[in-house]
Amino acid sequence: MSEATVSLRLRRVMLWSGIAVLCTWVLVPIYLIALGAFGGRSGVFRWPKNLLPWDSGLAAMQTFLAVEGVWAAAFNGAFVACLTMLFSLLLGAPAGYALARYRFAGQDAFRMLVILTRAFPLAILALPLTVTFIRTGLYDTPVGVALVHTALALPFTALVSSSLFMGIPRELEEAAWVFGCTGFQAFRRIVLPLALPGLAAAAIFAFVISWNEVFAASVLTVRNKTLTAYLLTVLAESPLHFRFAGGFLLILPSIIFIFAVRKYLFAMWGIANR
Amino acid sequence: MTRSRVLPYLLIGPATVFLVLLFVVPLVQTIALAFTDNGEASLTNFRKMVGDLNFGLSISNTFLLVLAVIPLQLCLALTMAMMVQKLDKGRDLVLWIMIIPLGISDLAAGLVWLTILQDRGYFNTVLNMLGLIDGPVNWLSYESPVSLFVGVMLAEIWRATAIVVVILISGLQLIPKEYSEAAEVFGASSWTRFRKITLPLLKPSIQSALILRTVLAFEVFAVVYALSGRNFPVLVGEAYAWQHVNQNNGVAAAYAILVMVISLAATLVYIRTLRTPPEMQS
Amino acid sequence: MAGITIDRIEKKFGAVTALQQLSLKVEDGEFIALLGPSGCGKTTLLRIIAGLESQTSGRVLIGERDVSALPPRQRGLAMVFQNYAVFPHMTVYENVAFGLRMKGASDAEVKKQVERAAGLLHIEPYLERYPAKLSGGQRQRVAVARALAVEPAVLLMDEPLSNLDALLRLEMRSELKAVLASSGTTTVYVTHDQTEAMGLADRIAVMHKGVIEQIDRPQALYERPATRFVGGFVGSPPMNFIDLPVADGTARLGGFSSPVPLRNGTVTAGIRAEDIDVAEDGGLPFDVGVCEPLGATLLLTGRIDGQLARVSVRPDSRVRPGDRLGLTPNAGRIVWIDPADGKAMGAAA
Repeated sequence: MSEATVSLRLRRVMLWSGIAVLCTWVLVPIYLIALGAFGGRSGVFRWPKNLLPWDSGLAAMQTFLAVEGVWAAAFNGAFVACLTMLFSLLLGAPAGYALARYRFAGQDAFRMLVILTRAFPLAILALPLTVTFIRTGLYDTPVGVALVHTALALPFTALVSSSLFMGIPRELEEAAWVFGCTGFQAFRRIVLPLALPGLAAAAIFAFVISWNEVFAASVLTVRNKTLTAYLLTVLAESPLHFRFAGGFLLILPSIIFIFAVRKYLFAMWGIANR
Repeated sequence: MTRSRVLPYLLIGPATVFLVLLFVVPLVQTIALAFTDNGEASLTNFRKMVGDLNFGLSISNTFLLVLAVIPLQLCLALTMAMMVQKLDKGRDLVLWIMIIPLGISDLAAGLVWLTILQDRGYFNTVLNMLGLIDGPVNWLSYESPVSLFVGVMLAEIWRATAIVVVILISGLQLIPKEYSEAAEVFGASSWTRFRKITLPLLKPSIQSALILRTVLAFEVFAVVYALSGRNFPVLVGEAYAWQHVNQNNGVAAAYAILVMVISLAATLVYIRTLRTPPEMQS
Repeated sequence: MAGITIDRIEKKFGAVTALQQLSLKVEDGEFIALLGPSGCGKTTLLRIIAGLESQTSGRVLIGERDVSALPPRQRGLAMVFQNYAVFPHMTVYENVAFGLRMKGASDAEVKKQVERAAGLLHIEPYLERYPAKLSGGQRQRVAVARALAVEPAVLLMDEPLSNLDALLRLEMRSELKAVLASSGTTTVYVTHDQTEAMGLADRIAVMHKGVIEQIDRPQALYERPATRFVGGFVGSPPMNFIDLPVADGTARLGGFSSPVPLRNGTVTAGIRAEDIDVAEDGGLPFDVGVCEPLGATLLLTGRIDGQLARVSVRPDSRVRPGDRLGLTPNAGRIVWIDPADGKAMGAAA
């Protein structure tokens, strides 16, 4: 074996050890909160801790889920996130299509408005909205929270869908027109099916944004809290094992959703940043 | 063709109206709220804010956190991205694992690190096993500000590096492989290729990652709250406290304005310093 | 300056064999073209020479040095890429200077070499510009100048003209030939365009399915293709291949007969479209299907005994679709091919 192949081997070993370290860095904390979540009250006060899952059981999680308000909050959070997904797609996708396909006056102003929202800590803007929402009856409702979360997710869906539509050659649509489709038919039969996976990924990402948002959700609700907001509110007075179970429940859907959209995330960001 | 002239406006109309109602109007309202007291223009809210005990602390804490976390995150994310780019087998799985924290909220991340860093937590267990400590040690109290700061830092780096990784890898994918190959043929070592070719070409992505991360880092709140309550005051945490505990919208709005001004200033700095002139883009 | 020896190079991508035990010797200062259809392995071979791809087995020697295991930067070569790979964040000057800077050349040396290379390719006016401001042809010149600035022992070019429009390609082709001839650099040039290969190269290696079918001077390749594939790939229109029955060492069809190096059976006659005399009748019976006036010639496409054939005739010939003509091929220029293995028979092989 030549010297060069040896150094090539060595490089591969180094690369994979580096990757192993980084993956451990990401995965171990998740494993540990799972231990905490399933360890229950006795596990939390145990000292020193067992690093293997021998004293875990489903009982702890069941106790957590039996606490009043947890299910309602989880359901609320999912409902708000679904509404956010729907709103941001319905508002964002058409805007993205217009940005991708037409040149019109005011286009740059609109783009600027969308990009500007990124430079502001949007969730903080929920503060004055409490007053408006109380007046309009949106305060403490899922729709109200979803509206604020849509403001967070909309810039993202608009830019992403614009890049998605830009990636679909105009000629495909033009070919459909030539063969007798109306503008809407061409969109529905040609463009939409091609853009659908990407749009679905953007929608799921909007779901995750909403599910995780805590500031606006806590400020704008009293009784109808999302899970994240609920946990924040009861954080101070709840026991540790309760917090860990809640934290684990928050993480679970995110991991699954990120898995579902992982392929699209990179394409989405790549072009959305241009 | 009146149709194609009206259509784009019909398409962006709803989104524009929405953003005006839920971004522009609240923005103006926040400003108004911060600068008025009982309906009159005044700086009372800002005076209250500055006079508060936690104000100076929350400013220095937030800035220290941003200054410590962001450079580390950028280096870590660059390392991750460059490593992943070198893989072919197992690339998908590794990528997924590295971006899992992308979907984890700041509150959940705070709770995750609470399981590790609390006095009877896993970190102390490992230290105990190694014989470094005898019993539980409290790392997260306000009496140990350094370890508390490091704890918050770890949680922030753990949680929010994923978004930087995503942006950087997306950027890397847009750089044609030929550039690096050409540099290699003309004699550049892999470190030189990274410094002279990859890094400059990646600058636009680095810029947007930094802007996004910095804006979000100034918003840091739930991670800190989960780890330490109000032991480690940060700007947005104070806004939350004034709103909820003290029931004072005006001061909360003043904090919001402050955070916004800082974020905007940081964004402008990045846009200035990391500008890629159009003639230098591919 | 150095020659290149490729010694039984094999490349497998999983179960697919891209290059089969391929050997090739390029002389010092020679310009060799690797010609073939897409997927024939020519680009893979070039990238293996460059070190950008690793071979499964075999050796690459540059000069007397075995570079098989060396990374590209230690091989002492330069390359021009298909999409130019001109660095967008550097000025033209810095692009051309890149290889020299990597070698650690002094500023004075860099300046001298950049100016020399820029002069050769006529890009002096753009030296301070960024590539985004240049046209495709100008970027192409920058890429070539960058390669020549390091005075490489070996220059590799991967379809360098394929992204230019037809007129510019013609212009760059002759210019490249002049520049490279004066520099005397050993050059390996990958292309799928047979006119490009014919026009530029000292020798052409025609590749097909991972093997070199034939390697020879352009004219020899054109006149005496070693295989049916080479005859069909080199030249436009491609060579005609007509199957003829053979009895007692003579091939016969219609009024045409010729002795062939075979006793009995079938032989394929490879005939160039311009090596044919056309008469009213006699010889091979040819039914005209389509007439295409190409300016310099009139190209007839039709059938000989049901087999596709093309004939070039003088542009003023009065031929119409549907006519039947008699073709007499120039006997000395027919290539006899064994239909069983597609190889030329006799001396040509």
